[in-house]
Amino acid sequence: MIRCKQEEKNITMTSVSEKYEAVIGLEVHTQLLTSSKIFCGCSTAFGAPPNHNVCPVCMGMPGVLPVFNRRVLDLAIRAGLAAHCEISPHSIFARKNYFYPDLPKGYQISQYELPLCNGGYIELPAADGEQPRRIRLTRIHLEEDAGKNLHGADSSLVDFNRSGVPLLEIVSEPDIRSAEDAGAYLRELRLMLRYLEVSAANMEEGSFRCDANVSVRLRGATALGVKTEVKNMNSFKNVEKAISHEIERQIGILESGGRVVQETHLWDPDREETRPMRSKEFAHDYRYFPEPDLPPLKVSRELVEEIRAAMPELPSARRARYLRDFGLSQYETDVLTNERDVSDYFEEVISAPGLSNRKSAANWVMTEVLRVVRESAKPIAESAPKATEVGSLLAMVEKAEISLNAAKTAFAAMCTSGKGASATVAELGLAQVSDEAAIATACDRVLAANPDKVADYRAGRDKLFGFFVGLVMKAMGGKANPKVINEILKQKLAG
Amino acid sequence: MTSDLHKLTVTEARTRLRAREISATELTRACLDRIAAVEPGLHAYLTVCEPEALEQARVADRRLGAADAPALCGIPLAIKDIFATRGVRTTCASRILANFVPPFDATVIARLRDQGAVFLGKTNMDEFAMGSSTENSAFGPTKNPYDLGRVAGGSSGGSAAAVSADECLAALGTDTGGSIREPASFCGVVGIKPTYSRVSRYGVIAYASSLDQVGPFAKTVRDAAILLGAIAGVDPRDSTCSARPVPDYERALTGDVTGMRIGVPKEFFVEGMEREVEDATRAALKQFEAMGARAVEISLPHTEYAIGCYYLIATAEASANLARYDGIRYGLRAEAATLGELYSLTRARGFGTEVKRRIMLGTFALSSGYYDAYYLKAQKVRTLIRRDFARAFENCDLIVTPTAPTTAFKLGEKTADPIQMYLSDIFTISVNLAGLPGLVVPCGYDNLNLPIGLQILGPHFGEEAILRAGDAYERSSAFKRRPPAL
Repeated sequence: MIRCKQEEKNITMTSVSEKYEAVIGLEVHTQLLTSSKIFCGCSTAFGAPPNHNVCPVCMGMPGVLPVFNRRVLDLAIRAGLAAHCEISPHSIFARKNYFYPDLPKGYQISQYELPLCNGGYIELPAADGEQPRRIRLTRIHLEEDAGKNLHGADSSLVDFNRSGVPLLEIVSEPDIRSAEDAGAYLRELRLMLRYLEVSAANMEEGSFRCDANVSVRLRGATALGVKTEVKNMNSFKNVEKAISHEIERQIGILESGGRVVQETHLWDPDREETRPMRSKEFAHDYRYFPEPDLPPLKVSRELVEEIRAAMPELPSARRARYLRDFGLSQYETDVLTNERDVSDYFEEVISAPGLSNRKSAANWVMTEVLRVVRESAKPIAESAPKATEVGSLLAMVEKAEISLNAAKTAFAAMCTSGKGASATVAELGLAQVSDEAAIATACDRVLAANPDKVADYRAGRDKLFGFFVGLVMKAMGGKANPKVINEILKQKLAG
Repeated sequence: MTSDLHKLTVTEARTRLRAREISATELTRACLDRIAAVEPGLHAYLTVCEPEALEQARVADRRLGAADAPALCGIPLAIKDIFATRGVRTTCASRILANFVPPFDATVIARLRDQGAVFLGKTNMDEFAMGSSTENSAFGPTKNPYDLGRVAGGSSGGSAAAVSADECLAALGTDTGGSIREPASFCGVVGIKPTYSRVSRYGVIAYASSLDQVGPFAKTVRDAAILLGAIAGVDPRDSTCSARPVPDYERALTGDVTGMRIGVPKEFFVEGMEREVEDATRAALKQFEAMGARAVEISLPHTEYAIGCYYLIATAEASANLARYDGIRYGLRAEAATLGELYSLTRARGFGTEVKRRIMLGTFALSSGYYDAYYLKAQKVRTLIRRDFARAFENCDLIVTPTAPTTAFKLGEKTADPIQMYLSDIFTISVNLAGLPGLVVPCGYDNLNLPIGLQILGPHFGEEAILRAGDAYERSSAFKRRPPAL
């Protein structure tokens, strides 16, 4: 999208862009879904008053020691397995040393040599007819978050609520070639983390953050160009914009005969440009060394297998299943899998007894259910009727117990009343009559009352068939199964 | 009203308190009076907690009425100012923490508090435990009770001097390279540095995390055993603390050393050692042999690298451990126009010379391009030193050495030459690198009546053996402890 805009602005840019290839690696920090911090018992709840969720340990008081929260390990292993990483049986924590007011100990406990997860990859969902692409991972490691500096007019304050919140750092190889792919990678990663219930992965709340290493080189070149690190991108849109901007900036420099300087750039979302940080702000020698206050992290084969056995279905597997087994299109598959809660809802709908037409269930969820969700602007669990009830409703349609129109009426009623499918259908008298005897009686009555029309029909006025159907349906109070009416009428009129 | 109750040992006081012959209040009062009398000359304490101590004594007196009163109920103790004490100023003898009052107790403090111990106050030390003479305290040195012109040793010099001068019944210290053992030797008291991980470090202001260990000072080995038993053991707040059950150390004091093989490292009788120190050590060895033990020569070939190795590892860890004193959340803050200035002015004003020296040394050792040559190499040497001891303990049960090459030196004698100061720890430092337990018991006096301490080392978790040997030696008639004539 962004690239299109720029191409419109400057046609020659396109051919220049063709000359170069971008090489992008992403570092993602994502908050693990634990109720307490990684090295102390404080709460990780978002939105508490400043310095509410703190204790001597996460405030870096003299003499305190970290104690590792084992729950963090389970979540991290789950993420590592989902990303096809090798889970290290022996990893260690390290101290990353730097001064900043939001860093209470003057070092961050992280992992450096011997991280928890090595290698692995994330598969980007393919467009129709394409092969899925793999973005390789370098590593996934554990670390603690820092606090947050709040700058006022003449003073600065620090909130340590986030200090010690558990983070996973997911580092990709420089396998990404465009801003769009960077976006696709992040969306896939976020979706995976949400399916795994490893992270809420919410960029706005800061539980999912991304820094990008960007360089460009002449297409076909094998050596890497000089890279810059781009920070401060707080939405998916901004990540794509910032990377696009940085690619164009670097190409601009190279085209005008200049050289890219290795430095850190901050994305300014208001001015839509990246600006270099002052070199003093990032020229760190972090002086990593093994954390002497924590023993090595030992992970047994048994633990890994236990976690593997309890892994939920991943979005990629679910997508493949919808495409292959349900006959859904790529688009439908995407709509139904891109939000974990929607997908789980759909899964529940189709698990209703008697429901076998997944394709029509998919349509129903995408149109009827998602419309309600959209209109209410609330999560699906709070806005739509219970998935099992919607499933029962659709099963009733499939068994011809109600008509599709009746189902829509019932659905609308269920949305407001919160009642179940069968109760609603009964209450509103929507059950469809397929009783052949009752329908035959009604047909006989209609034909007997209209002898002239019957004669006309038999004389060749085929169009009158609809007229008879309408009268029978009316006589049945609109609840008769139209298919049955058709069959019986045809027989009787032929006779 | 004066009494001699402050002269009691923990063991004696425990018996008399339980028999209700004396009260914790009287005992505490006697210690406070003693402090008032001798502190002006000694400067063992940085903070004396008189009202708090008397209140704790009153509570202890009520508990002492019960049959199951804990061993340390009502016993007045001195605490090195490196332990976080809830509500009581904890300075680590540094200007940067001059007004710091922790909102929590160190685990060992909490354990002693639960037992009903009485905390008389916080004792002087080298700033952040960096030093061997307590001359690096930001608040002035502690003097040696045997000679006020001499140092008490360090870094736990205040605790050693307070026990030596009967300003408390026993005390807590910490030992990173000899900080319990060297001052115990200089002040003529018993001190034990337990196996690394035996005692929780939670709430102990960190100097070098992989070396720091907590231990007691006492007037007798039995007292030290009682205190160690009270503070040792697993702590959910310290993941490096051992889950190994704590034995009843007092029961280990059988007095019997028959058949014990005592290793004597040939590398430890070095040039530059005072003659009288060597003589006293050899005499103690003879005494052990007389009691039925057997001396065997052993070799610790990497001893000469211990000081270099220590000053890389300890300072590297310290450079990170002391980064938290940044003027942001607590402690000293220098007013400044920029953040960078705030950091540099706060730390320039807050830290003393030796602390700055060690932070810079450690920062350098960890720096990009130097890490492998310094920090990593030092870790490898540490492994070799550990192996030396493991091999040595295949052929002996204990190792006996001098504690320091000299007796207490004069105030100011070594402050100008850090290397000379570092060499005071030559016999103690490798023990921390190996994580082993070490006990110091007085074994004699030089011709100036300055105490000499014998160091007894054991294998990992060999506290019972070294306490048994130390107690047996102490009970033997070899020498008589002479309290300082203050």
